[in-house]
Amino acid sequence: MKFIYQTWWKVLTVILIGSTFITGLLFKVPRLDILHETIRNLYFHVPMWMGMLTVLVVSVFYSVRYLANPKEEYDIAAVECVNTGLFFYAIGLVTGMMWAKYTWGEYWSGDPKQNSAAIAFLLYCAYVVLRNSIDEEQKRAKIAAIYNIFAFPIMVVLIFVLPRMTDSLHPGSGGNPAFGKYDLDNGMKLAFYPAMLGWSFLALWIATLRFRIRTIEYKKNAVN
Amino acid sequence: MLKQTLTLLQKEILIEWRSKYAFNSVLLYVVSTVFVCYIAFSLSPGFQQSAGYPIVWNVLFWVIMLFAAVNAIAKSFLTESRGRMLYYYSITDARAVILSKTIYNGLLMLILSTLTLIIYSLFFTNTLGNPGLYFLAVFLGSVSFSTVFTMVSAIASKAGNGSGLMAVLSFPVIIPVILTLIKLSKNAMDGIDAISTNQYIILLVAINFIVVATSLILFPFLWRD
Repeated sequence: MKFIYQTWWKVLTVILIGSTFITGLLFKVPRLDILHETIRNLYFHVPMWMGMLTVLVVSVFYSVRYLANPKEEYDIAAVECVNTGLFFYAIGLVTGMMWAKYTWGEYWSGDPKQNSAAIAFLLYCAYVVLRNSIDEEQKRAKIAAIYNIFAFPIMVVLIFVLPRMTDSLHPGSGGNPAFGKYDLDNGMKLAFYPAMLGWSFLALWIATLRFRIRTIEYKKNAVN
Repeated sequence: MLKQTLTLLQKEILIEWRSKYAFNSVLLYVVSTVFVCYIAFSLSPGFQQSAGYPIVWNVLFWVIMLFAAVNAIAKSFLTESRGRMLYYYSITDARAVILSKTIYNGLLMLILSTLTLIIYSLFFTNTLGNPGLYFLAVFLGSVSFSTVFTMVSAIASKAGNGSGLMAVLSFPVIIPVILTLIKLSKNAMDGIDAISTNQYIILLVAINFIVVATSLILFPFLWRD
């Protein structure tokens, strides 16, 4: 876990996200019907989901490690990653809803992508409820780790597989082309990929900070 | 492990055959739910001729099946006493336990959902365009309910407070399955052949495969106290 104490990737995060605000808001974007300037939301909406996915993958990684070797710090890492993931989840949903308002006409139009995302949110809320329902620390950590690993593939099916099979307005779903195919020209790629990387690192950074705070609290409460 | 699974499966069926408690209680639950729906819908005349009838027919069937499945499968681990789990732990492989329970619940759900479909069609008349495909959807539904709920029931029983947690944990997990099932069975009702809806069948098989694989990997960690 030496990685979380290093500085270079935090500096990189600040540079990448800072540059995203300039390139994302000022660079030339293709003129498209309906989308118009809202296409710039691509630099903010999609990276939120990327950030969520990053911390959730890390969370599953630590849940697996907890099952292999039950150390308290792995459990704290897993739960703090899920908490951060839920936060990015909420922002991803809100930015998506704002985008939907200007392109699809309503904040919530019951699109399969939106519904799936809402259900997947419930899936991880159930994880939090499950944790609260168990008092015994080791038992809680173990059962939560098992549920976390169990829930992750279901979440992937819900958000990334199921909407692709139905009629959805969301790009990349229901026969609609994703942005990458036609619209993402080289100018946009220049702003898009750093944004993806930057926000993923930011999610990881928040998770590590939360992890460190929780670890200190845990050590303070520990009986010597 | 295969031999252990078969022995445990035989034991599950034998226990159920002696008391017939789980089967009868869930069957009664399903019959009373169908009858309540029948009475409630017959309060508004002309419903059977209305345009939305086939859609409501299909959705209602799956909602009844969903709640029946939760009731039937929640029992599988919650009723196991601590002593008996300890006994299994000392003589068998953990994977044999979860596998035998999953297969047993699958068989139970298959019989139950077939009976439900018959009773349901008796009260709510409807023509199925492609009965074979509809039955395939029912078969896949039974298997999926059993694989998902058996593992969730194991988690909920370990967490201590039974059926409330079971509902909270299982519904988000089962929603992708039930959405796919409703689409598949609606296609079957409309008489579309299996080839053109095979993407849903593949998705259901894939979800089952993932859930069984994760259950087999995770259950050995779960039951060790």
